Amino acid sequence: MSQAMERYSYDVVVIGAGGAGLRAAVEARQAGLSVAIICKSLFGKAHTVMAEGGAAAAMGNVNENDGWKVHFRDTMRGGKFLNNWRMAELHAKESPDRVWELESWGALFDRTKEGKISQRNFGGHEYPRLAHVGDRTGLELIRTMQQRIVALQQKDKREFGDAEKYIKVFSELTITEILKEGDRVSGAYGYWRESGDEVLFESAAVVLATGGVGKSFKITSNSWEGTGDGHALALKAGSALVDMEFVQFHPTGMVWPPSVRGILVTESVRGDGGVLTNSDGRRFMFDYIPEVFKDKYADNEAEADRWYKDQNNNRRPPELLPRDEVARAINSEVKAGRGSPHGGVFLDVSSRLPAEEIKRRLPSMWHQFKELADVDITKEPMEVGPTCHYVMGGVKVDPDSAAAVGVEGLFAAGEVAGGMHGSNRLGGNSLSDLLVFGRRAGAGAAAYVKSLGQRPKVTDGEISRAKSRLDAPFTGSGGENPYSLHQELQNLTQDLVGIIRTETELADAIVKLDSIRQRSEKVRADGGRVFNPGFHLALDLENMLLVSESIAKSALARKESRGGHTRDDYPKMDPEWRQYNHLSRWNGSKVEVAPEEAIMLPHELLDLFEMDELKKYFTQGELAKGGK
Amino acid sequence: MARKFNFRIWRGDSKSGGFKDVQVDVNEGEVVLDVIHRVQATQMSDLAVRWNCKAGKCGSCSMEINGKPRLACMTRMNSFEEGETVTVTPLRAFPVIRDLVTDVSYNYKKAMEVPAFEPPADLKPGEYRMQQVDVERSQEFRKCIECFLCQNTCHVIRDHEENKESFSGPRFFIRMAELDMHPLDTIKNRKQMAQEEHGLGMCNITKCCTEVCPEHIKITDNAIIPMKERVVDVKYDPLRWLGSKIRKKEGI
Repeated sequence: MSQAMERYSYDVVVIGAGGAGLRAAVEARQAGLSVAIICKSLFGKAHTVMAEGGAAAAMGNVNENDGWKVHFRDTMRGGKFLNNWRMAELHAKESPDRVWELESWGALFDRTKEGKISQRNFGGHEYPRLAHVGDRTGLELIRTMQQRIVALQQKDKREFGDAEKYIKVFSELTITEILKEGDRVSGAYGYWRESGDEVLFESAAVVLATGGVGKSFKITSNSWEGTGDGHALALKAGSALVDMEFVQFHPTGMVWPPSVRGILVTESVRGDGGVLTNSDGRRFMFDYIPEVFKDKYADNEAEADRWYKDQNNNRRPPELLPRDEVARAINSEVKAGRGSPHGGVFLDVSSRLPAEEIKRRLPSMWHQFKELADVDITKEPMEVGPTCHYVMGGVKVDPDSAAAVGVEGLFAAGEVAGGMHGSNRLGGNSLSDLLVFGRRAGAGAAAYVKSLGQRPKVTDGEISRAKSRLDAPFTGSGGENPYSLHQELQNLTQDLVGIIRTETELADAIVKLDSIRQRSEKVRADGGRVFNPGFHLALDLENMLLVSESIAKSALARKESRGGHTRDDYPKMDPEWRQYNHLSRWNGSKVEVAPEEAIMLPHELLDLFEMDELKKYFTQGELAKGGK
Repeated sequence: MARKFNFRIWRGDSKSGGFKDVQVDVNEGEVVLDVIHRVQATQMSDLAVRWNCKAGKCGSCSMEINGKPRLACMTRMNSFEEGETVTVTPLRAFPVIRDLVTDVSYNYKKAMEVPAFEPPADLKPGEYRMQQVDVERSQEFRKCIECFLCQNTCHVIRDHEENKESFSGPRFFIRMAELDMHPLDTIKNRKQMAQEEHGLGMCNITKCCTEVCPEHIKITDNAIIPMKERVVDVKYDPLRWLGSKIRKKEGI
């Protein structure tokens, strides 16, 4: 057993090295502070790399009618107005600057004829809005941010003789505890995955940028890293999670062969003209246009097809409805027996674009299907179905500073933060979210650290508490295998807390989660501490269980259907419920969920919408009172 | 229908190690990484392997499969015969940490030595104008997922540990080419730096790197050879251009 504990001291510790974490680190460094960047995997491998379609930013390069107000409206509609309006406002206003900034750091987006950044269509966005690089935009973003970190380190080397004087990247290190003195953050504690040795960071500010929770579900587009670490760290540190019932099932994941089930098929396929059909060959999305979107989406194929050429005089094709609508529609078609041979539906771009154009616009999709499924997407349709992709819920934060509620010195940005996307995130709004709120979290953390007099201290009691948890998987005997417990959890959430939910199943899930948790306390890791995935999983499991409990309890409490939360027993969206967010807190032994009143939009933002539209989302009483 | 395969998996650490043989069931459509995960979940819970996206996009699961540098997530099991033994070993050019996981920090050190993109001082963000045709050359190299298979297979690194000091390797030659071809980068002597500081001259163009690239980047033809030709210095002078071609043929 390892005895060594390394000790470091930084102004800011950023947990997570995806887009949000790296952008936060850049901002904190530029504010003159020292920053530790913690990544669970190698530098540059974070899940941001998987983002395909693009970053939504109303630059107006392709359609000059676009602007922040239009982007704001689309985001609120996509989230069914449950979004934190201030976050949606900041996001819409600031994302163009964040994208342009990437260019000055070396990013090479695809171009328009005038040489500007090209923008593509995506679900729920009124105009072409996504800055992109083919269908590998996430890779471009993570590499640009990674290279920006290196550029700052090179500068520090020139000025101070030490590249790691102000920014150090800790690769393959997992944080297991946030340390506190009283209500204030004093540091973070974790272990090197490589050696199993313990590491202590003394730091007054911690930025959570740990991404999502998809690995709690069986069919997911997320990598092994999406175990909800930041969500769980925040809960245990005394902060709150907001709206955890909202989980996005991306409508188009691969369904065959079984080993690739869940891997993402980018929405760009539909944005660039791809259509969804059932086993009868029918473009079924025309049958699923919800009342609230009837005036925005075409109800016939001719108009839908004309839209790709003339967006000002035609309504959008229904394949480009927000993701929650499309995922539910696919689910219904398969249930009705009109699915594809392997339990999905067909997504066809081969009959819509010339082969060369498909390879140019969707190179990684072409490659992925060719290599993993023996399907040539330029000649035949793909088979696709819903896959767990993103959690809208997350740490409740102050919109402007990204400070987590309840714990001084704790910040959160990106997927781990909640509120921005309401009940459903629009495609493309994630990469821009990372940049906008990553920057704000870095600035927020820097301002907080600078405002401190005496910095909080790490106590021995905190260290020994953290240490005992790390030792646990090796000390028990007769415990269960972490891999089988994980599999059991994934099956449970998939079946009982998945895309369609009911009261009895959710209640059942909560009981079963409790039993898995009790068994997980004795989970056993075989072998030693050196790069031992069984040990790593044993520790990640607790995070996934906490997150799943929070999702199941929030889902049980919300008696309506909205965005990424569909209740079979309450199938309608209900304006009464829009008035509430759900807050999850940890009471030391379980997650408790309680409603909190949602904040009303201010007048000037409410006035951006027509009254007829607002009536679909708000109660009469709210509208009579008007904006805040 | 599950098919049976023998897997020979290298297990050990920096000090010692050897092959362990296991029999595993393989289902339709599976890749080598699926099989390794099954072995992990059922037979060797502490088997060390790196992976992330499982879709060929992150470049984490690099290893040698039957001696060939491959991504385990993109190596289909139907490329092997039933009953065939599949041998899985860690990347050979880097020090082993444990089992299939190696210490690839060499690559991150080399990344630190390539000067970053330097934009024109008078352009504000939002004012950048570039044509698609001009960004495409660099975009090819930005497809790189940093799997380091090219680094692993390059003889200069693989067979000569002592070269690591002065040789950056194909991954960083394409990084330098990418910046060199970037329409707005203002650092003008990148080819010279590649030659003088990063060991470009040690590459003898055997194209092994290009062959193993899972992104099919034409590393040798599109990055290394143009960098070696030093076109910028000579392109406006036909005599010097001709001279450079002749000298190249003579191997100077």
